[in-house]
Amino acid sequence: MKGWMGKFKVLSLLGFVALFLSACGKENLTALDPKGYGAEKSLDLIILPTVIMSFVFLVVMVIFTIALVRFRKRKGREDFIPKQVEGNKTLETVWTIIPILLIIIIAVPTVWYTFVLADKADAKDHINIGVTGNQYWWHFNYDGMDIQTSQDLYIPVGEKVYLNMLSSDVIHSFWVPTLSGKLDVNPENENTFYIEAYEEGVYWGKCAELCGPSHSLMDFKIVAVSKTEFEQWVADMQSVDPEAVPDNEMAAQGRELFQENNCIGCHAIGSSPVAVGPNLTDFGNRTKLAGVKDMTKENIVAWLLNPEKIKPGNKMTGAYPKLSEEDASLIAEYLMQLKPSEITTEDAGK
Amino acid sequence: MADHSLTPENMPQHPEKATLEGKNKFLGLWFFLGGETVLFASLFGTYLALKNSTAGGPSSQELFGLELVFLMTMLLLTSSLTSVYAMYHMKNNNFKKMMLWLGITGLLGVGFLGCEIYEFYHYIHSFEFTFRSSAFGSAFYTLVGFHGGHVLFGLCWLSALMIRNAKRGLNLYNAPKFNTFSLYWHFIDVVWVFIFTVVYLMGKVG
Amino acid sequence: MSTAIAQKRSFAAVLWDYLTTVDHKKIGKLYLYGGGFFFLLGGIEAMIIRIQLIKPENDFISAGLYNEMITMHGTTMIFFAAMPLLLGLMNAVMPLQIGARDVAFPFVNALGFWLFLFGGIMLNVSWLTGAPDAGWTGYAPLSTLSPGHGVDYYVLGLQISGAGTLMGGINFLVTIVNMRAPGMTFMRMPLFSWTTFVASVLILFAFPALTVGLFLMMFDRMFGSAFFDVALGGNSIIWQHLFWIFGHPEVYILILPAFGIFSEIFATFSKKRLFGYTAMVFATILIAFLGFMVWAHHMFTVGMGPVANSIFAVATMAIAVPTGIKIFNWLLTLWGGNITINSAMLWSLAFIPSFTIGGMTGVMVATSVADYQYHDTYFVIAHFHYVIVGGTVFGILAALHYWWPLMFNRILNEKLGKLAFWTFFIGFHLTFFIQHFLGLMGMPRRYWVFLKNQELDLGNLISSIGAFFMAFGVIVFVINAIYSGIKGKPAPHDPWDARTLEWAVATPVPHYNFKQLPLVRGLDPLWIEKTEGNGKLTPAEPIGDIHMPNGSILPFIMSVGFFIAGLGFIYHMDNNLAYILLFGGMALALVCMLIRSLKDDHGYHIHKEELEREAD
Repeated sequence: MKGWMGKFKVLSLLGFVALFLSACGKENLTALDPKGYGAEKSLDLIILPTVIMSFVFLVVMVIFTIALVRFRKRKGREDFIPKQVEGNKTLETVWTIIPILLIIIIAVPTVWYTFVLADKADAKDHINIGVTGNQYWWHFNYDGMDIQTSQDLYIPVGEKVYLNMLSSDVIHSFWVPTLSGKLDVNPENENTFYIEAYEEGVYWGKCAELCGPSHSLMDFKIVAVSKTEFEQWVADMQSVDPEAVPDNEMAAQGRELFQENNCIGCHAIGSSPVAVGPNLTDFGNRTKLAGVKDMTKENIVAWLLNPEKIKPGNKMTGAYPKLSEEDASLIAEYLMQLKPSEITTEDAGK
Repeated sequence: MADHSLTPENMPQHPEKATLEGKNKFLGLWFFLGGETVLFASLFGTYLALKNSTAGGPSSQELFGLELVFLMTMLLLTSSLTSVYAMYHMKNNNFKKMMLWLGITGLLGVGFLGCEIYEFYHYIHSFEFTFRSSAFGSAFYTLVGFHGGHVLFGLCWLSALMIRNAKRGLNLYNAPKFNTFSLYWHFIDVVWVFIFTVVYLMGKVG
Repeated sequence: MSTAIAQKRSFAAVLWDYLTTVDHKKIGKLYLYGGGFFFLLGGIEAMIIRIQLIKPENDFISAGLYNEMITMHGTTMIFFAAMPLLLGLMNAVMPLQIGARDVAFPFVNALGFWLFLFGGIMLNVSWLTGAPDAGWTGYAPLSTLSPGHGVDYYVLGLQISGAGTLMGGINFLVTIVNMRAPGMTFMRMPLFSWTTFVASVLILFAFPALTVGLFLMMFDRMFGSAFFDVALGGNSIIWQHLFWIFGHPEVYILILPAFGIFSEIFATFSKKRLFGYTAMVFATILIAFLGFMVWAHHMFTVGMGPVANSIFAVATMAIAVPTGIKIFNWLLTLWGGNITINSAMLWSLAFIPSFTIGGMTGVMVATSVADYQYHDTYFVIAHFHYVIVGGTVFGILAALHYWWPLMFNRILNEKLGKLAFWTFFIGFHLTFFIQHFLGLMGMPRRYWVFLKNQELDLGNLISSIGAFFMAFGVIVFVINAIYSGIKGKPAPHDPWDARTLEWAVATPVPHYNFKQLPLVRGLDPLWIEKTEGNGKLTPAEPIGDIHMPNGSILPFIMSVGFFIAGLGFIYHMDNNLAYILLFGGMALALVCMLIRSLKDDHGYHIHKEELEREAD
């Protein structure tokens, strides 16, 4: 049985290595294929201890296997009484000193990069964005730019972007694995860190601290576009007219319903600071509805009719009058044409 | 037998530790106090983290008056001393004097508790400073209240001990019980010294 | 009265016996039954979680129920399965290992058990009205804002059982310090007794922090205080600190006794003295000491700043050194031995690679910069299951196989034992190894669903399949335990040719343990006597009267009182009638305490003549 166990171990190890090499996970979601500064440094410090520790594991397994094969009870020596060894000073010193050295090799870069990543001295020279975590959506407020958005965060590529994060309710955690490690979003003290994307792309963000029933549905995106595209986007967002009546007849009716049902009481359009619910200024450009559903009209209607079914425990349920299917469809028309900027996720996708 | 009253002839030097049960009780209480130390350390930590979170309500500088707290400190410190006298008499097998000093210890404890109740009453009625006013309020009443609760528990313990053993004198069965009470009482006293320093003195200075 | 054990007793008599028992061996069994029951319950919850995650966007259970499931799984497994099972083993074995007649406070021992049991019942009663849903870590303000009474049940259930655990810890400490047999010096104590001692120290200094945290949460939820209410100046991070000041030592409370178990089993079945005994003892103490210095490594992403993060990262890595020392000492215990491989040994051998992986990933998650990625993902789930299942659960199962003859006077079936082991072992690695990668591929923990097209499907499927293997293994073990009780033949004396004192006591173990306290002449006292041809220990005293404690129903009633009072606390916010429960329950508990305190209890003696009669 022992030999079989050994083979099983080797095979399963090989299997996992193969799995590891073939699939590092989905591009722009996995932490194993970093495209930003923080994630890159984290991966370095994922690999270093993995290599060192795998070596230790190997040593342990070799001694373990040899011990089991050589010293297992055999026919003819059932009653063999082994020498009662108390210990061995030299050996014990060796396996105390070597781990200490290995730990130092890991500890030095850990401490170094802990301080590097926490350095916020140049925050004033860069874009600062206020991030608010809410059950179960994210709000973004571009400092000094008069822009408010929710769910999709546009940033320029190759630049540090400082995020100042606070929660409006319970603790959340801001995590975009491909760009950076996570940082908690606490209700009482603002946490700051920066992200820097090396490549254009739409990066998946997730909430990583249990925050209620829809914790797993609190996704958001970071849309990294080129510098010029970002400037264009900023200009477009700043020139939004919240009062604009759409040309499309149905959308115009939808707009009226949006006002009548007081959707506007929670959902701002434009850079109004009202943020009881997600800001809808660029709703039509969003990648996903409610963070997780495809942006289709059917899905929007389904959301408007019964948000609870899509995001259990959300605060919108029951906070507005019951809508008919036609009304919901008209509101959806209005929302879908809210596309203030030419710059969309298509641009980030290259 | 353990419940026979001790006479000068059969009196061991340490009646509270003469039996295995006595030794176990003695050591067990020490360990228990170790745990209690962590309990109060956690409460102190919480208090220190929240002592400036007054949420617009009264602050420690406005609230605390040191006269009353000084009186309370004296009462409790003295009660610790009187419990030492009681233990001294126990070791000399003088049951009556031990009971007398324990009685004084209890009275001083009651006095302390009375002052504390008055203090809380005063804060609530003159300052509208309650458990729910602010995080500072919650932390203050919890820390000081936990200590007060320990004093109250100690007084109940002492009364039960004194009433139960009033008529039967000292023996190897109840000596460890008196001794563990006295240890507990000292601990309560030490905790108060820290409360006096950390909460009241530091709170008054700011 | 005392020694005449009738062969067949009525069910009611057995029940009464167990309700009133203060015998450490029976209390040990009660802990095993109670902990085993909650282990199965927690296992069912785990299976439901894995079924929900078997495919993307599954709707096997609702989001709210899922959060209740993960909370209950974690809380149940840590507080009501792993800990009581270990406490049960400690109770059953440790006093025999050090040659004590009983524990120091038999009455308190019983009380500790009943408080644990009623705490566990309290927690699970919540299923009737909605279980806690804020995670087993109960982070404020999610927990303080959680609607319904789920979190209230969590708070009171843990508070009641925590008090019981604390009593257990103090009890073991005093027992080990004061009641070792003649000659049983500290440095002759078996490793399991040592780890019991050190784990008890951890219980003593860690649990009060949880007690305070739970009180604060209870006050916030029930009495309107503002500890975690940001609007009134509260701070939710305080909960995290208090929880982890308790929570990290808790990890060592779970793993150190398992280390002790493996040390016993490796030595016995290698027919060798434990390699580097002194180093093992000091490594245990060092781990426990460092265990108190590292709690904030659970909080690297809270925003404590680089100084705190660096200190806690390095301190955490330091724990790898004493742990490594232990691993190599076990390897060298095997080296040069004459190794028997049976079920107990299989579980112990499997521990080495499994736990080494858990230790490896432990150093990896201690690397703060990397932890920004690992934290709160499936990587961490994988890590702590490798440690707690690969360490503690393997240890408990190894111990059950090893000490079953001592506790139940039967030997567990080897074939069933091996079947249970192999299915569980393979299932365990299938379930958890892949989760390291799931975490790094972007799957946070506590996710009710994962979305389609995120390349997380295969990993989750493998993990769920593994869980079924584990469940099968557990079922086989339970069948084995029942089977041995019905069909098993009485075990012979000292079936493993073991080394330590617990195997020197008569078979089956008499309720007074050793008739005459043994004289211990060194480490592994039984082995010394065997190699010197005596075969049994020299008594340290002539046969004399044995003082025994009286049984009592008070611990049971007292715990019922606290349970009722707990219900009163939970429902006093809804209904004034609940005050009857609150004060009624408290009064019941206090009356019991008063009776205990006022009524003298001197125990009884088993007389010399009776003991001599029993000799044959």
